[in-house]
Order: sequence, then structure tokens, then C-alpha cells
Amino acid sequence: MHLPTAHELSEQLNRGETTSVKLTQQYLEKIERTEPRLHSFITVLGHEALAAAEASDRRRAYELPKSPFDGVPVAVKDNMITKGTKTTCASRILDNFVPPYNGTVVQKLQDAGMIVIGKANLDEFAMGSSTENSAFGRSNNPWNTDLVPGGSSGGSATCVAGGQVPWSLGSDTGGSIRQPAALCGIVGMKPTYGRVSRYGLVAFASSLDQIGPMTLDVEDTAHLLKMISGYDTKDSTSANLPVPDYAEEMRKGSLRGKKVARPKEFFTGEGMDAGVARVVDAAVEKLASLGAEIVDVSMPHLKYSISCYYLVATAECSSNLARYDGAQYGYRTEGAKNIVEMFSKSRAEGFGAEVKRRIMMGTHALSAGYYDAYYSKALKIRTLLKQDYDAALKQADLIVAPTSPIPAFPAGAKADPMSMYLCDIFTLSLNLAGYCGISLPAGFTANEGLPVGVQLFAGAFEEVKLLQASYEFEKALGVVGSRLPAVVG
Amino acid sequence: MDFEIVIGFEVHTELKTKTKVWCACANEFGGPPNSHVCPVCLGMPGSLPVLNREAFTLALKTALALQCDVPRITTFDRKNYYYPDLPKNYQISQNDKFLGTGGYLEIDLGEAGHKKIRIHNIHLEEDAGKNIHPEDKNVTYSLVDLNRAGVPLLEIVTQPDIRSKEEAAAFMTQMRNFLQYLDVSDCKMQEGSLRFELNMSLRPKGSDAFGQKVEVKNLNSMSVVLKCIDAEFDRQSDMLRNGERVMSETRLWDEVKNETRAMRSKERANDYRYFPDPDLVDVDITPEIRAAAQATIPELPLARRRRFEEQYGLPAYDASVLTASFTTANYFEKAVESHPSPKGISNWIMTEGLAWLNKQPEDTTIDDFPVKSAAIAELVKLIDTGAITGKIAKQVFPIMLETGKSPAVIVEEKGLKPVDDSALGPIIDEVLADPRNEKTIADLRGGKAAAMGALMGAVMKRSGGKANPATVTPLIRKKLGLE
Ligand SMILES: [Zn+2]
Repeated sequence: MHLPTAHELSEQLNRGETTSVKLTQQYLEKIERTEPRLHSFITVLGHEALAAAEASDRRRAYELPKSPFDGVPVAVKDNMITKGTKTTCASRILDNFVPPYNGTVVQKLQDAGMIVIGKANLDEFAMGSSTENSAFGRSNNPWNTDLVPGGSSGGSATCVAGGQVPWSLGSDTGGSIRQPAALCGIVGMKPTYGRVSRYGLVAFASSLDQIGPMTLDVEDTAHLLKMISGYDTKDSTSANLPVPDYAEEMRKGSLRGKKVARPKEFFTGEGMDAGVARVVDAAVEKLASLGAEIVDVSMPHLKYSISCYYLVATAECSSNLARYDGAQYGYRTEGAKNIVEMFSKSRAEGFGAEVKRRIMMGTHALSAGYYDAYYSKALKIRTLLKQDYDAALKQADLIVAPTSPIPAFPAGAKADPMSMYLCDIFTLSLNLAGYCGISLPAGFTANEGLPVGVQLFAGAFEEVKLLQASYEFEKALGVVGSRLPAVVG
Repeated sequence: MDFEIVIGFEVHTELKTKTKVWCACANEFGGPPNSHVCPVCLGMPGSLPVLNREAFTLALKTALALQCDVPRITTFDRKNYYYPDLPKNYQISQNDKFLGTGGYLEIDLGEAGHKKIRIHNIHLEEDAGKNIHPEDKNVTYSLVDLNRAGVPLLEIVTQPDIRSKEEAAAFMTQMRNFLQYLDVSDCKMQEGSLRFELNMSLRPKGSDAFGQKVEVKNLNSMSVVLKCIDAEFDRQSDMLRNGERVMSETRLWDEVKNETRAMRSKERANDYRYFPDPDLVDVDITPEIRAAAQATIPELPLARRRRFEEQYGLPAYDASVLTASFTTANYFEKAVESHPSPKGISNWIMTEGLAWLNKQPEDTTIDDFPVKSAAIAELVKLIDTGAITGKIAKQVFPIMLETGKSPAVIVEEKGLKPVDDSALGPIIDEVLADPRNEKTIADLRGGKAAAMGALMGAVMKRSGGKANPATVTPLIRKKLGLE
């Protein structure tokens, strides 16, 4: 028995074996049963989802589905703007913010007839690696609810891994899709920067943020990626490039004869859980057994990626989050005596500790007298890191890396911010380079039986190449669908 | 000790585009509060800016017309500060790769000649909204109108090249005129579409060093800027004479007290933490884009002035006065188009038109003049064809100004038509028979041509100004047997 994928549900709908209303009801029931243990959602859209499902069934009755996935439920991270449905970013400061518009990606889902069934939990403003920073309580890992699911797209991972929804969207600024996907045993992809519109994604770090699919298998990732990709005149940074039929193209490749770079800096073993390392090493061997040539490379600037990332991301966030001041929308403090007090108290009371820490770090990095030492230097390192990626991708077709140095960990175990930041050591450099990457379920730790992920990276807009390799790799690994988590809807 | 004024300006002008600079909202003055807004200009979470090409082209056109160096790549930066009229709490502006640097505006100082006021930089940014503080002191809230938020704003920062109040006045009027010629902005100071911020310092006469400069904001008309220069001169020179140091600071103009005051600490922003806006991409000013913007630059004031002298044969003074305002020059050319009598039309505009304009508020232009260019042309035509006399015209004009009626209608209604030539005979006979004119007649017969003027005056007087001078002269000569 395995959890049904979205492409399987699509086939069932297309064959008339089920209806969207039936599916939506089933998933709403699963959510109701398991939500107390998983806490994947900030908002569940019961009535709205059923109404949308009825409309979808009517379309199918007239044989006018909007897409093959018309009527399939989906969840989106609660930092994606949904018209008429509150969008909180898991922050008290946006507790009751109901946007008057739809983000581009959410609009695309609705245009494809998909049923948005819930807004998934996250670390506040996508800042964190455990979903513990949510103002509305943490999400729990379906494999062991005492453990965190990773983050920041923790809710988007638990709802898919726990069978509450067939697939979801997360956002990845430094690993926020790939790390929780790895910790929850699902597939998570960060597309190339500019592949997916950011219009309607509440910004954390604008030059790094990218929306991506979180799914049970690679095929679903290919389908969902196609649905959300494309040029958007509302996002100046979106790429004006055609969108391939990823699910179609995905089947056309082979790993045989492909070169896969293994950067030694990712495989030093330092800070690496032994159980995770064994699974990742086995996965790399599996790549070789498929006929890929493993090329050892060095990416010397990777060691600066955490410093670089936390300067660039925090600098941008300090400015992006300045708008939350209680003036126009969101949380406003009571009884402030003047505007300065209103601003500062609303922000002091509305933001959580990690968000405040990052705003302060970023403000400092941009301050007069520190700009050159911090922000400006970080931009230079970013260029060097990108050059490391370019050099590696010149020697090889793909890069392989672990996703997370450790498996899912207990809540509260990473109280020291630095230890939490180290969770993203293998993921965040990819965002700085802007390229695409995917985390695939690679196996389970021998002792705890917790999921382990492995990443593949490819160059700018090489999603087809990445998915071709992933599709074959996934089959060879044989992990997807092999075990069910402890909590499953 | 005598002090010399050193002034630089920051000129802010709202660009005349159909839509705002980052979104599709209408760029229109007025309207009910918050009626021209959308998620982007409200700074809603998740919204993103997209550069309005029209705004960029107008900005580029201005930079090129001011002879600025325009780079191949220009970028946008965020200027971070908290203020309720700034919905994102940062302003998208330019602080590094400006749209233009260098360049100058050459101003005409009359008898003192010309002077180049150099440009430090020119950049494109977004305007903020407006805070509205209710008059009622018991009210504990303020309101924000974001209709203006996101309106494209061009900032032109000059070098501290201005040395007197007179130069400041010339710079402001001529910069406004220049921008109107370029047709990039309405330049209405009352509506805020043109604003001057003053950077001013003093130094001992003869010194080359610069003093501490003070920046003054909230100057909503040119006359206020000039008042402010006087007030700051007094304040700063008193301080310097008393051995005090002038603080480098931003001050606000207090319209009630006619003086500047220091901004309260909370209004003071000292570190804007500029950094490149990651939501916008580099703008590549290709040779094609540059050439296209260059091609939209129209005839500028100096060229038009020369053309007025050559094409219309106007005296230099007329040409300079008429072209000193884009709208006045247009008004003149429109009038000349319907009746080609340049000097006659120029005279009427320069006397009546500009006299009227001088009594109006600062933002008024000749377009607001109740007498339209076609009516002025018609009036001059009536004089030129002898249909009325210059004297009658002087009676007709105030009625045109008051009623807006055409001169021909007024002449008809008021019975101001010239005296029929047949009715002139008896009038002339009476004048010639008048014993007081005996001496004049004798002079005329004796060959004194000037004597004709006196007789003409008498005829005009007797006819109530309605006699046509062109007919009177030959009639007098005939009756005196001088033909
Ligand atoms: Zn707008």
C-alpha cells in the first residue's frame, strides 16, 4: 500500500473512477483525523474546497476539464497570497491579513482547476529549518511526531508525507523545500531562480526565494512544475523562456555516460550523522551503478556559504519586512501614543524572536560603516560561489550532495541559532547560485528508520536534465512508496 | 563680514505618464483618497514592482536634454526609512548607477549674462503618498492617502553653483520652463508635481571653501523658496557672526512663522541603508533606446528664441520674453498661425497677457488667460485691416478679458465700428473750421508733416476714436487741396 500520487488521482478522475468532491471529502477527512498529531495547516479550506470540487466535477461532466489535474486537491505554504483567504506567513503580525488579490502561482493552480485545500504551516516568514518558529505552533514529523519535519516549508512536507493532500507547494530560500522534503521522505524541488513567478509570494529574501513542488514522486514534481512555471509580466525577475512538458521530457533521458560532480566540500563527513552519511554514500554508488561517471571536484568557496547567505538573506529581509508596521494591515498594537510607538510596538509584539534576530542582523549588515565589510563582501563571495558552481557544471552534467547533515531531530534540540543554521549547510549555496536542485528520498537511517534525502543540482533552466536524472535515480533507489510513516491519513 | 550665498537644488518633478512607475494605476492628480491604488503601490505583501517604460523614457529624455552622461546600465536601489506615507517603508530610488551624471542647465541672467548650473546626478524614483492630519486637535489619528504613492518622480540634483537669490530665482523658473518644454511634467508646484529642495550654506565673500550646508524641505512655491533664502541668510549669518557653528541638518520651512525649523529627531533619517533592489533588474540603455529617447527631445528654449527672432523678425527682447515660458511661446505661435502679424501679436501678449499673468498665482500659465490665442489674433487682425483703431482695441480688450467674447462680437454689440467714411466729411469740416486749428493747418500747408498728427488727433477726438486713421489723412489733404 502506498499513498496515491496526484498523477494517479488524475488518471482516476479522467477515467471517471472518482470525482473531485469524493477526493476532496476524503482528504478533508484525512486532515481531520491526523491534523491534531501533524498540525500541517494554518488554514483548512473546507467549504471553499468542496465548492471548487463541485465546480470541477461539473466541468468534467461536460468534458471540459481545465487541465488533466482539474479537481485534484493541493496545499500551498501560507506565505503564498490567496485572494479572500487569510495569508499569515505564520506570523502574528499578519494574523488576520486577508489579501485582496491572488498570487500568480495560486492563480495558475486555480486556472488548472485544482482545489486549494489548505494553507500550510511554516517557520515565520519562512525563516527557520524546523517549523518551530511558527506563531501558530510547530508541525510534527509524520515518521515520529516528537520530531520536527524540518523547515521552513514544514507544513507543506508533513501534509504530503502524512497523506493529507497528494501534493503541495513550498518555497525555498536556502533549502526550505529540500530539507523538510528530506526529513519527511518526499520529493522537493527548487527550480532555477526566475523559472516560477514570485508575484504573490511574500518575500523573505527576494534574490533567493523560489516556489517549488513538494510531491510523493518525481513524476508529480514534473507535472506540478509545469503548472506553476512561466514568464510573468508582474515579476521583473521571472525568465521569459518557454515551459517544456517536463513529465514528457523526463522519460527521455538516461544517466548512462552522464557525469555527476561530487564536491569534496560536501562529503568531508564533518558534522554529518553517520546513519545519514551511509545512506547518501549508497545513493552515490547507485548513481555509478546506473552508468553515471562520478567526478570528484572542489568548490572552494562553499565554506563561506553560510556567512554569505546570512548576510544577503538578512539584508534583504530587513528591508522586505519593513512594511509590517501596523499602519495599513495586519497586527497593530493598542493605545500607542504616536506613530513611532505604533510602529515599534506593533513590530515588537508582532514578530517572533528569529525574525527579529534576522531583521537586526540585516539592518546591521546594511548600515553605514558596515556595508562594505558585510553586505558588499557577501555579494563578492556570492559571485565566487556561483563561479564554483559554473566550474563544477562545466566538468559535469549534474552535482550530487546530501540534503541535510542530520535526520529529523526533536523539537527544541536546536535552540542555539547557529546549530539550526547548520541544518542548511548543503542546501543554501544553490540559492546563492540561483540554479535548480531536487531532494529525493534516498533511504532510511539504520537505527531510527528516519528518512534521508539526497540532492541533485543542475544549471540554470536545466530542469529537464535534472528531472530526467531524478526519474531514473528514483526508480533505482526504490524508496518511494516502500514504507509508510507512523501517522498517515 | 560679508557673506556669499552658496546654493544647490534638489528638483523633484512628477513625470507625466499614463500610469504609475511600478504598477498600472492611473497617474492622476486628485480623486477620492486611495482611489488610484493596487496591491503594488499599496506595498502589499507579495507584490512586486515592474518598471514603467514610459516613465523611464521620459526620465532618459530629460537626462539627455540636460547633456548628462548616461551609462549603458542603470539600476535601482532601496532607500530604507519609516514613514506612514511610504507603504513599503522603503523608497525605490537610485543611489549608485544613476540614470545620468554631469550635465548642466544654462540659465539666462539678463544683463549679467549666462551661467551653467551643473548637474550632480539625475535619477528616477517613486513618489510617496500624503499624510492628512485632521484639523480637530481632539482627534487622535491621522489619515494616509496613497493615490500619489508610486507616481514616477524624477530627481535632479545640482552642484552648489548658485550664488545669489536672483540666480536661484532664474534657475527655478528656467528649470521649470525647461521641463515644460520637454513635456515631461505638468510642473505645478501647488499640486506638488514640481518641488524644489534647497541646500544652502554661507561663506565669507572671497572664500573658496564651502560652509556647512543646510537642507530645507517643505517649500511649496518659488516665492517661498526665495523667502526661505532670505530667512536662512539671516539665520546662518547671525550664527556665523556670533562665532557659532552652522549644523549640517535638514530643516523644515514654517509657513506661519516665515522661518525654518530643525526637524524633530523622529523626522530625521540618518542612515538610509541603500542597497540594490532585488525585485528589479538592471536596465540596459542600448544605443537604440538612447537614440529613440534622444529623438523625442523637442526644440529647447534657446533654439526657439533664436527661431522667433529669425522666423518672425521679432526683436531679441520680445523673443526672449515669449520663449521664457513654454506655454506663452505656444500661445504666440498659435495666434500667429491664424493671423501672421508677429509684432502686433507679440505686443498684445507682452503688455496685456503678461500683465494679467503677473497678478495670478505662480502655477498659472497663459493657457488660463480668458483671452485665447485665436481672439488675440482676431483683435490684431481687426486693427491691421483697419476695421477698428488701436484706440478702440484698447476699449475692446477689457471686455474680451471680462466676457471671453470675440472682439468682432464686442465691436458689433457696442457699436464700436469705425465711423462710416461718408460721416467723416462733416467731422473733418468742423475740425478744419475750428479757429484753434488755424495755426496747425498753416503749418501743414507749409510742409510740416507732423502737423497732420495734431489734426488727426482732433478728428479722432471728435469721432469718439471711431475714425479710421487710414481714411482720415487723405481726406484732410483732399479738403485742404494738398493732393
Ligand atoms: Zn498601483
